[in-house]
Amino acid sequence: MDMNIVYAVIVLGVLALVFGLILAIASKVFEVKVDPRLPEIQNCLAGANCGGCGFPGCGGCAEAILAGKAPVTACAPAGPENAAKIAAIMGMEAPSGEKMVAHVLCNGGNNATKNFEYRGVKDCLAATKVCGGDAVACKYGCFGFGSCVAACKFDAIHIGENGAAVVDKEKCTNCGACREACPRKLIVEVPYSKKVFVNCSNKDKGPAVTKVCAASCIGCGMCERTCKFDAIHVENNVAVIDYDKCKGCTMCAKACPRNAIEPIPTAEEKEKFKAAQKAAAEKKAAAAKAAAEAAKAE
Amino acid sequence: MTVTTLLAISLGAILTNNFIFAQFLGICPFLGVSKKIDTAVGMGAAVTFVMGLASAVCFGINKILVNAGLGYMQTVAFILVIASLVQFVEMFLKKFIPTLYTALGVYLPLITTNCAVLGVALLNVQNNYNFISSVVYGITGGLGFLLAIFLFAAVREQLEFAETPKAFEGFPIALITAGLMALAFMGFSGLHVW
Repeated sequence: MDMNIVYAVIVLGVLALVFGLILAIASKVFEVKVDPRLPEIQNCLAGANCGGCGFPGCGGCAEAILAGKAPVTACAPAGPENAAKIAAIMGMEAPSGEKMVAHVLCNGGNNATKNFEYRGVKDCLAATKVCGGDAVACKYGCFGFGSCVAACKFDAIHIGENGAAVVDKEKCTNCGACREACPRKLIVEVPYSKKVFVNCSNKDKGPAVTKVCAASCIGCGMCERTCKFDAIHVENNVAVIDYDKCKGCTMCAKACPRNAIEPIPTAEEKEKFKAAQKAAAEKKAAAAKAAAEAAKAE
Repeated sequence: MTVTTLLAISLGAILTNNFIFAQFLGICPFLGVSKKIDTAVGMGAAVTFVMGLASAVCFGINKILVNAGLGYMQTVAFILVIASLVQFVEMFLKKFIPTLYTALGVYLPLITTNCAVLGVALLNVQNNYNFISSVVYGITGGLGFLLAIFLFAAVREQLEFAETPKAFEGFPIALITAGLMALAFMGFSGLHVW
């Protein structure tokens, strides 16, 4: 009986030894040489496997960068510091450019008229298919069903109190997953440092827009006339900010009669702005009058 | 050993004695990697592959053990064999069939501890299967796993969009679904063709 135990231990030990040897030999024989730069590049990527770069996971992205099929900036979540590191590994010049984040161009489905109560699947794409997406009357409005929230791997986008998705720009890595997920394409890329946004994407004409949403851009052009830096323009019936020119003075937001531009001013701020505008206009009128009289006198 | 018995073994392994729904083996990957159809199919394919191989290798190992009078060491020896086999297969695929390696990818190492693989090796011994029957049982058992995990993943993908009571959201409703599917598979137990 005692011998049996010894026997068992020996047989199992020998088996284990044989397998161990086979594996050791196999690891030498079947060794696949990997470029030493590959793990280094992969260390510089975000490691979330978000797929925002369009490659299958971070491993796929690292391989694509190594093969020169993707730019060193392919991984948006990793940010510019890591892009610079990858560039150093690849022996390239580091690119420059400001960090971009996602932003939702809608003030919120709660401001828009609701044609009926949608009780279907809580998914934005599904909602667009029911009666042409009329649940939220505005064809450019956020449903607030959170397809983007589900798509975000970084917990950076949530449904705000107005019923529209809001991006937490500290957490946002600009991976692009939410932009892909939004069936109405309401999410755009904006520079991280900018604070002024036209939170409306409705490209319909003014009267139609007024009918469907209380906080919408009607393309009146008030912002365009107010802006001192030529940074905001009405294109296709909706105001668009040129972030190369925008200085962030927020004058357009205060001038907007529809409160469609973020940061949305308080009533007090609006009054103050109106008074200032009126005073400036009066001053201008007076000056013009004086000039006209002076011309007459001559 | 006729084709009929092999067919009976296959039918049994895929439907009546399905590894997941009837024998409750391999539940861990069944619940863990069934959120998306494509990953579920990848896992199922990898399990099929390894179960077939493990049946073949364990058949030989069992012969050695029985001849040495050490039949009681099956479990330990099989685990050892399966673990090293999976490692070996992974290295082999990486070198010679990289496409298959990338397809099976992360699932291969996960299978090392899949109880369905150990289960098939032990069941082969229990049922006194010969070499061919063992391999057929292994592969078809894997196909049964593939079928189960594919169906389950398909249901779970739809479940994502369903409005479930708060307390049932996510995993609980998945478990209920699995239970219902097991019940459905019990219907096959009345199947007597041969």
